[in-house]
Amino acid sequence: MNYHSRKLLKLNLAPWRMAAVGGLLLAGLTVVAGRAFYLQGLNTDYLQGKGDAVSNRNLTLPAHRGQVTDRYGQLLAISTPVESLWARATELNLSSDQRVHLARVLDISPSELAKILAHKTRGEFSVRRPVTPEQAVKIAAMGLPGLTLRREYRRYYPAGAVTAQVVGFTNVDDKGQEGVERAYQDWLAGRAGERQILRDRHGNTIRDLAPIKTAQMGGNLTLSLDLKIQYLAHRELAAAIEKHKAKGGSIVVLDAKTGEILALANQPVFNPNNRQNYKPDLMRNRAVIDTFEPGSTVKPFVAAAVLERGLFRPDSVIETPDNFRVGNKLVHDEHHHDHLTVTQIIQISSNIGAAKMAMTLTPQQHWEVLHRAGFGQLPGSGFPGETAGRLRDPATWKPVEQATMAYGYGLSVSLLQLTRAYMAFANDGEVMPLSFLKREPQEIVGERVFSPTVAREVRAMMETVTQEGGTGTLTRVPGYRVAGKTGTAHKLVNGHYAPDRYLASFVGMAPASNPRLIIGVTIDEPSDGVYYGGSVAGPVFAQVMAASLRLLGLPPDAPETETKMTENAVSAKGGA
Amino acid sequence: MSRLNVVLALVLVACALAVIQAQHRARTYFVELERLKKEARVLDEQWGQLQLEQGTWANPARVDTLARTRLGLVAPPHDRVRIETLTNAP
Repeated sequence: MNYHSRKLLKLNLAPWRMAAVGGLLLAGLTVVAGRAFYLQGLNTDYLQGKGDAVSNRNLTLPAHRGQVTDRYGQLLAISTPVESLWARATELNLSSDQRVHLARVLDISPSELAKILAHKTRGEFSVRRPVTPEQAVKIAAMGLPGLTLRREYRRYYPAGAVTAQVVGFTNVDDKGQEGVERAYQDWLAGRAGERQILRDRHGNTIRDLAPIKTAQMGGNLTLSLDLKIQYLAHRELAAAIEKHKAKGGSIVVLDAKTGEILALANQPVFNPNNRQNYKPDLMRNRAVIDTFEPGSTVKPFVAAAVLERGLFRPDSVIETPDNFRVGNKLVHDEHHHDHLTVTQIIQISSNIGAAKMAMTLTPQQHWEVLHRAGFGQLPGSGFPGETAGRLRDPATWKPVEQATMAYGYGLSVSLLQLTRAYMAFANDGEVMPLSFLKREPQEIVGERVFSPTVAREVRAMMETVTQEGGTGTLTRVPGYRVAGKTGTAHKLVNGHYAPDRYLASFVGMAPASNPRLIIGVTIDEPSDGVYYGGSVAGPVFAQVMAASLRLLGLPPDAPETETKMTENAVSAKGGA
Repeated sequence: MSRLNVVLALVLVACALAVIQAQHRARTYFVELERLKKEARVLDEQWGQLQLEQGTWANPARVDTLARTRLGLVAPPHDRVRIETLTNAP
């Protein structure tokens, strides 16, 4: 085109004006293009992130820890979400009306509330954790500035102290610290999931942006415990500890047919719902972790060993002289008898008799029987910290040690281990593997320890313990035949046997014709003057056994005894 | 030729409308699904809390205390219990 040739279009523009306008336009374009390049090219990730933050959300899908229940589904531990009230110090700005109202909802006085709220001047702190659901609703309705409700999972133990040492507890990070909570941590723990979602401006989820990682809920666990028997055991043990002013004690109730642990309680105990002032001493599951010298409760194993080899029969007579010595050690009996049968040795718990029987065995043979019964080996319950006790190599046994071992010194066991070993007598020679978890009868394979004949013979001997003339007459259960063995052991204090400190124990089973339950009881240092296993631990056994047999509805096997039931007695008692 | 084009255009419009409709339905269902999932979660939590409550009420220690104090129940002493053997009743 030829603009210059047309007169009309010919402009008299100075060239510098053309240049100035062109330059300005170009500069503007450069700025805009540069900005566009900066936003689109260099800063895109940041801005894209900002945009996504408005609509996209990463959600964690919470997974809660599994429940723990007893064998009938009674709750022992559960994680449940609770609201807790948190305050952000800098934003805290409540009118006095709101303060009064909040104090009333939290059920504290306004001055107490003021103290809590003034607790910190910076950062965040919890005002009340947890609050009850009703309180949470009221607080949310008030809409208080600076106060927020937060949802968190908390572990509750409805049975409290009754099952504390078996179930254990978790720490603030929901990780098992003790007991079953620790042993089955991997099974109980949940794994949180994640999902990415797109939200509209009302906060509704519109769609998933990535495949959902589903939350893995923690597995539930059904323990072998029977909460009713557990409570009885806990209550009777606590009563006995108080009555005899003892330092501590344990009780184990086993199902003789399946090896399941129906109850296991210790004293002293703690409350797992109150997480302050934890003392490690209270948390220890003594029945599984602590060992003691069993005393006379090992005598039935010696009897089984000599019967098994045909060295004696239950009615063989053994001389029990007052001055029986092994090496230079004089073996001592509480009451003197010139001679006793093997059955009587068990019945009245003669140390001399037990030592004499043991001396007919070689150390190797003696050791082998104890080893088979599980002494010196882990009982295999899977409980954290389980102890194997101590059973020394027979090659190092001196004769005097073999003799004392016959009446329970020089070796140590845990109560769980000892009670488990008695399963051999209860179950016609077979020991079932222990379990803290409920299991189906068909999945159990036992381990043969004694022949059925020997097991029954020893059981018959142990039945005489609870009969007239035995050491365990206080362990009788009306309506049922009971077999068991008492134990009263001097405690080892600083390497010497203390003459006045005892560990009283009793392990027994019922109904003796076909035992279903085995109960082991130890009472540590009874100090009210009574210290025999039969009189301290025995009554605990009898109480728990009687109630448990009734709970399980087992038919009585004893010939019926006279009852003092009369019309008068019933109505008199009923009217009172 | 032009008749065919018109028909195709109409089909295209119909398809587009169907897509919009389907997309809308998908969103609605998704929102509904999310709502129900949330409800399920809330119910699950409620169930846990009710179980906890039930466990607390049924705690043997509590039942034992109430039975003794409020109801005045006692366990019968051994000598006042008579065991009956079950006979084959008709």
